[in-house]
Amino acid sequence: MLYQQIAQNKRKTVLVMVGFFLLVALIGAAIGYLFAGSAVGGIIIAGIIALIYMSVIIGQSTDVVMNMNNAHEIHSAQEAPALWHVVEDMAMVAQVPMPRVYIIDDPSPNAFATGNNPEHAAVAATTGLLQIMNREELEAVMGHEMSHVRNYDIRLQTIALALAAAISMLVNFAGNFWWFGGRRDRDENDGGWGILAIVGSILLIMLAPLAATIAQMALSRNREYLADAGSVELTRNPQGMISALEKLKTAQPMKHMAPSSSGLYISDPEENGHHRWYDDLFATHPPLDARIKRLEEM
Amino acid sequence: MALIIIILVVVIIIGIYIAMYNGLVQLRVHAQESWSQIDVQLQRRNDLIPNLVSTVKGYSKYEASTLAKVTELRTALNNVPDDDHAKKMEVSNELSGTLRTLFAVSENYPDLKASTEYQQLMEELSNTENKIAYSRQLYNSTVAALDAKIQSFPSNLVAKIHHITAMDYLQVPESAKDVPNVSFDE
Repeated sequence: MLYQQIAQNKRKTVLVMVGFFLLVALIGAAIGYLFAGSAVGGIIIAGIIALIYMSVIIGQSTDVVMNMNNAHEIHSAQEAPALWHVVEDMAMVAQVPMPRVYIIDDPSPNAFATGNNPEHAAVAATTGLLQIMNREELEAVMGHEMSHVRNYDIRLQTIALALAAAISMLVNFAGNFWWFGGRRDRDENDGGWGILAIVGSILLIMLAPLAATIAQMALSRNREYLADAGSVELTRNPQGMISALEKLKTAQPMKHMAPSSSGLYISDPEENGHHRWYDDLFATHPPLDARIKRLEEM
Repeated sequence: MALIIIILVVVIIIGIYIAMYNGLVQLRVHAQESWSQIDVQLQRRNDLIPNLVSTVKGYSKYEASTLAKVTELRTALNNVPDDDHAKKMEVSNELSGTLRTLFAVSENYPDLKASTEYQQLMEELSNTENKIAYSRQLYNSTVAALDAKIQSFPSNLVAKIHHITAMDYLQVPESAKDVPNVSFDE
C-alpha cells in the first residue's frame, strides 16, 4: 500500500512536470504568436525560462516555501523541546532522517511539511498548534506530516506549487505585455484560422491559471486521508489523531500565509466556516468531519 | 551452447543465493541496531533518574516509598545482563509504570510542578519514555520482517544453512496506556 503510494507519487510527479511543460509550451506559443508572430520562438523562450525557474525552485524549495509562510527555523531541542522531541520520535519510527524544524508565529493551529525527498525534508508548526495540542495530539499531527514526507507527497506538492506559481507568472507577464502595446496588426494573417488562433490563445491565457489551480487541488485531497492513516500506523494511536482533528475544527483562519501553499497544510488555513456547495470543488482539503469519520471506521 | 546455458543458470542461482543471504544479514543487523537504540534510551533514563529523585525529594516528603522503588528498579535494570532483552524490557516496563505513578502523585505538589527543573525533567523523561516505546515498535517490525524471510521459501533454506534464527518480539506492556493506580502514603 505504502510502496504503491510512493510509486504512484513518483509517476505523478513526472506526469505533473510533463503536463506543466506542455502547458508552459502552449502558453509560450500563444504569447509568441500573439505578440511576435512566432509560436516556435515563444515555445523556446518559455521552455528556457521554465527550465531555469524549475532548477532554481527545486534547489531552493524549502527556503522559498518557508519564507512564503513566515516560518523560522529552530536548530536545537532547547528552543521548542516538545515539538523537537516529537519530530525526532516520528522520524525514527517512520525511518526517515530528522527533518529541519520550523515554527510559524500564528495563533491558528496548523502544520505542514515540504522538501524534495525524505533526506531533505522540513516540517513547520504554528505556535497555536503547540499551545492547544497535548503530546499525543502533537504526535498525531507530526506523524501525519512525516507520512507526507515518507510518501513523497512533499516533492509532488512542492513541484506542483512551484509550477503553478510559474504559470501565473507567465500569464501575468503576458497580461502586462498586452496592455503596454503588444498588440500589432497582422494583415498577413487574415484568414479565419488566424482569428481562431488569436481567440484560442487568449482563452488559453485566461484559463491556464484556473487549470493549474484545479490540478493542484485535486492532488492534495486524497493524500490527506492517506497521511491520517499513515500517522496512525506510526503512532498506533487513532484516538490521538481524532482528537487532534477535532481541535483543528475550532481553528480560526491563519493570518499570514501564502494562499498558494494552502494545499500543504494539515487543515485548510483559509477555511472560514461558511460552507458553500461549490467549496467542495475548489477545496484543497477534505472536510475534517469526513477525515474523522474515516479514522473512526478504521 | 548447452554449456553456456548451464553456466548461466548456475551463475544466476549463485547470484540469487548471495542476494538472499545479504538480505537476511541486513535485516539481522537492522534488528540489532534497533535494539541498541532501545538500550541507549534505557541508559539515558537511568542517568536522569538520580536528578529526578533529588528534585522530587526536596518538595514532597511523603513519597519516600515511590522514590525508593524507582531507585531500586534503576539498580535492577543496571544489573540485568546485556543480552537478556526480555528481562531488561520487563524491568524497564515496571520502571515506566512506577515513574508514571510518581508523575501522577506529583500533581498534588504545586510547588514541585511549578519548578522549572521539574518541568525540564518531565520533558526529558517523557521524551525518553516515548523513544523507548517507538524504538521497541521499530525493533518489533524489523524482527517481523526477518521472521517472515526466515519462514518463507526459498530464503528459509539459506537461513538454515547459515544458522540465521528468528528473534524474539519485545512484549508491549498491557498496562502501558492505563492510568496509574495512585495510593497516598501516610
